[in-house]
This record gives sequence, C-alpha cells and structure tokens, in this order.
Amino acid sequence: MSALTDDTLPVTPRAMRDEMMVFAAMAVLLGLVPLTGIYPFFVMQALCFALLACAFNLLIGYGGLLSFGHAMFLGTAGYCSAHALKVWGLSPELGILVGVAGAAALSVVTGFISIRRQGIYFSMITLALSQLLYFIYLQAPFTHGEDGIQGIPQGYLFGIFNLAKPTVLYYVVLAGFLGGFLLIYRTINSPFGEVLKSIRENEPRAISLGYKTDQYKLVAFILSGTIAGFAGSLKVFVAQNASLTDVHWTMSGEIVLMTLVGGLGTIFGPVVGAFVIIAMQQYLAGFGQWVTVIQGVIFVACVLTFRRGIIGEIAHYFRRSL
Amino acid sequence: MQALYAQLLVGLINGSFYALLSLGLAVIFGMLNIINFAHGALYMMGAFCAYFLLNLTGIGYWWALIIAPVAVGIFGMILERTMLQWLAGLDHLYGLLLTFGIALIVQGVFQNYFGSSGLPYAIPDYPEIGGFRGLQGGMNLGFMFLPIYRGWVVVFSLVVCLATWFLIEKTRLGAYLRAATENPTLVRAFGINVPRMITLTYGLGVGLAALAGVLSAPINQVRPLMGADLIIVVFAVVVIGGMGSIMGSIITGFALGVIEGLTKYFYPEASNTVVFVLMVLVLLVKPTGLTGRAA
Repeated sequence: MSALTDDTLPVTPRAMRDEMMVFAAMAVLLGLVPLTGIYPFFVMQALCFALLACAFNLLIGYGGLLSFGHAMFLGTAGYCSAHALKVWGLSPELGILVGVAGAAALSVVTGFISIRRQGIYFSMITLALSQLLYFIYLQAPFTHGEDGIQGIPQGYLFGIFNLAKPTVLYYVVLAGFLGGFLLIYRTINSPFGEVLKSIRENEPRAISLGYKTDQYKLVAFILSGTIAGFAGSLKVFVAQNASLTDVHWTMSGEIVLMTLVGGLGTIFGPVVGAFVIIAMQQYLAGFGQWVTVIQGVIFVACVLTFRRGIIGEIAHYFRRSL
Repeated sequence: MQALYAQLLVGLINGSFYALLSLGLAVIFGMLNIINFAHGALYMMGAFCAYFLLNLTGIGYWWALIIAPVAVGIFGMILERTMLQWLAGLDHLYGLLLTFGIALIVQGVFQNYFGSSGLPYAIPDYPEIGGFRGLQGGMNLGFMFLPIYRGWVVVFSLVVCLATWFLIEKTRLGAYLRAATENPTLVRAFGINVPRMITLTYGLGVGLAALAGVLSAPINQVRPLMGADLIIVVFAVVVIGGMGSIMGSIITGFALGVIEGLTKYFYPEASNTVVFVLMVLVLLVKPTGLTGRAA
C-alpha cells in the first residue's frame, strides 16, 4: 500500500557482501576516530543518535510505521539508567540493563495501544503517548522535573573498563552501537524482516496469506523501542545527565529528520543522517533559534526534492541496496 | 462551587479551541489527505496577526477577527499551491513531515524575534452598549461570575463551528466538497475545478485555526509556541473523535474541553494528561474512534 521506498531490490548474496563491506569500512573508520584528535564527545553523541535513528528506521523503513514519539524510549531508558546508577548505585552493566528493560516494558504497552490504528493515526497516537509520558516525567519526583538527573557516576563496566576515561568510553559506546546495528541488520534480512516488508507493501495481502500482521508489527515495535532504549542508556554515560529534552516532541522530530536526511528504509542512511544533523547542531549552536528554522527548511527540502535521502540517492545511482 | 463553574468555563473555552482546530484538521484531511502539523503554528500566526494589527496599524479586535483569518488563510493557500500540492499521490506520511517542517520554520522565526514570553493583548473595550464597555468586565449570573469575554469566546466559537457544519453538510458548495472527497476524478469530469477547491479548503481550515488564535489572544497571551503543545492535544482529540464526521469533531472537541476542565477541579495533577489517557482508553475499547470509519 505505502510506497516509501520506490525501488525494492532483492536480497542477493552480492548485496549482502556489499553491505558487509560497507559495514566493515564503517567499523574501521569509527574505530580510528580516537587517533585522529576529533572531539570524542561529539562522535559518541552522534553514535547514540545513529543507533536511535536505526531503531526508528526499522519501524518506518521496513514496517511502514512512522513513530512520532520515539523520544519516549530514549528518555525513559535514560531516566531508568540514571536513577539506577545514581540512586541505587548499580554498576554500569546493570544500569544499562535497567534502562533497556524500562524501554522494553514501555514499548510493549505503547506498541499494544498504537498498532491498533494504521498510517497517519499511528503517528498521531505515538506522538500523543510520548506527550503523555512527558507530562508524567515533568511531575514525577524521581526525574527532578526541569532540573533532570545530573552528575551521574560513570563507574567501571564489568568492574574492568573505567568509563570516566573518554577513550575507553568511546570504544564501549562504539561496541554498543555496532552490536545494535548488527542486530537490526540481522532482523531486516531474516524471514521476520521479509514478512515485515510485505506488510509495508501490502498489508491486506499479507493478512490474506495467513500472517497475523498485528503480531509482526507489535514485535517490530518492541524491538525498535528496546534498541532505542539501549541507545538512551548509552547516552547517559556520554552526557552524564537525563533530562526532559530527551522526552520532548522536538527530540522525536529530530530522530525523524535524521532518518529522512540519511534515507528512509536504507541500512546506513540513519547513521549518515545522525552524523549530519548532530554536526549541524554543533556548528550552528551559536545561531540560537535559527537552528530550528534550518531544521524545518531541511524537512521541507527533503520531502519536496530529496525523498530518497543521502544514502538512498547513492544506492539508487549505483542500483545497490545500502 | 464557584471554582467548579470557573473550571467548567475554562474547559468550555479550551473545548472551543479544540473544536475549531480539529474541525479544520478534519476538513483538510478529507480533501488533501494530509494531517496538517502546521495547524498549531498557523493558530499562533492568527494571534500574532491580531497583535500586529493592533500595535502597528491600530486596527482593533473586531476587524482582526475578520482580517487575521483571511490573511493567514491566504498564507495557507500559498503554502498549498507552492508545496503541498506536489505531494498528491505520495504516501500520507510525507504530508505530515512537510507540514512539521513548515511548523518548525514558522515557530522558529517567531521565536527569534519575540522570544518565548507572552505578549499581552487587551480585551476590546468598544463598542459601549448599555453599561458594558465592549467585552470587558463580567456579569453576575447568581451562581457564578461570568467574565463577558470568556462567554463570548464559547458562544462565538460554537456559532462558527455550526456555520462550518452547515456550509459543508447543507450547501451546494459543501456537496461538491464532499463529493470531491469521495471521488475527485469523477467530480473533475463534471467540470468542477477540484484543485481550486482543494486550495480553498486548505485556506478554510487554516482560517479556522487563525480565528481560534485571535480568540485566544486576550486569554492566553500571544506566544510563538502557543500552538506547539496545543496541536498535540488536538491530535489526541482527532484520534478520539475520528475524522469521518464534522459534527463529531465539534462535539468531541467541546466534550474533551469540559472533561479537562472537570479534571482540573477534581484532580488537578492529571489535567495535562487526561485527554491522552482518554485517547488510550478509546483506542482500547473502540480503535476506530468514536465517530470514525475504519481507516
């Protein structure tokens, strides 16, 4: 029914080989970052958002579901991890686990509610649910309202890796990103992913073939929300705080924008998009509210003239799936 | 009891804004198949338009009530002609993304020049009829004190909503519109200029949003982000009511405003969230919305 990606290429061994080569190149390049002197904080932040955008892309690009509330998983996992680390004094690995579990639980509930409607209604429902959560976090005592949870201890991962050292933290975040990315990649290319794509292309037909499409969509939603939560937990160690901005609808909008710029329904697009948008925010930070205006202009320009996104255009040109 | 009536009135006022905005969203969605994310930003533009008219040219409230919706409506029609029309035939989601971008641009520009604080807009003090100076002051109804402006907003919104309902459901123009919603190709074959109708429909929906903005200016102050959070609540209202019926949008809008007002009185902590919670409940019980058809 929906035609977000107009050229669907078959999964062939060659395509898989290409993708793995690009993935290997990406992993090596990112692994070399600490040697180049690029500010690691910037790259770590971008990696967290890249994973978040990839999780979002799993829903829109392969399930045809545009979630306008993905910030709720980012923020929820952030608050859960931050609370576990700071108040309960748990170790980093357990802190991450608590955050991911929180996001997973949230995605079960919100997924069950939001997949009851399709298309445009799904987007409005996820947006409304995230706004509901925003108000809850605004009033709940443990989030400390407008102040957020600050000064979160980073600690030793598995008792060995000192996360207070930027280089160590960088490789931990990179490992988390690559792991999450591979999980999404594996999901897309599994039989489950194929069914998901068929639902995106023609849901009534998938139903007539005997697939319980609601269950597939729910599983995809939970997977997406959980991985987004994992990105949120990692971000806690990078930013050392958890605040309301991570739950706000503007954040959900940024996630959409990153994926749109990189290419909806492409494998590497969300990563490129996240780096582009985070870099843009970094360089334009002095322009105040004009950043919002520029983001709006990018939205409009992408939708009107550049719907395939950066990676989508490249893939289209070379007739490869990337 | 005084406080309860006061909150009920606030609820009715919010309900009028919900009704005017969700009505516009429903009309636009029917014709353009687009969920207009820019609706909140255009509502804000309506309020700013009234503010500019008063402070730059000295044109007061009553004229602003006509000029602002027309001006913002024309702005909307330009948006439709230059951008939205190119999305025909694409997935609905692109319309949402495009209008979200437009909302960011409009709100960002206004924030740059006016910050985030509210600008005051006075309740009109003319014409003088009897002992009343325009819509200022209030009257004692015996069981409560009614600020006249607030009563005016509720009554006037209701009249506008019903007029829109009449226009769409009972007139020849409305019949064309409904027919074009069902089957645009066939309506075009009868010699009716459907693209022009689409443009006018978008203008009408946007004009209703701007009108709500003017009405709210003296109550809520004029702020660049006044529509940003409102539009999300209105989305929830639309999910609850469904977009299939005009009267459904009006009734749902007012009803949810009243429920919100009651919540503010009985359990103020939940007043921000009650509409969203109701949305969840409706989705669990009747996923298609109260009046909506399956979509």
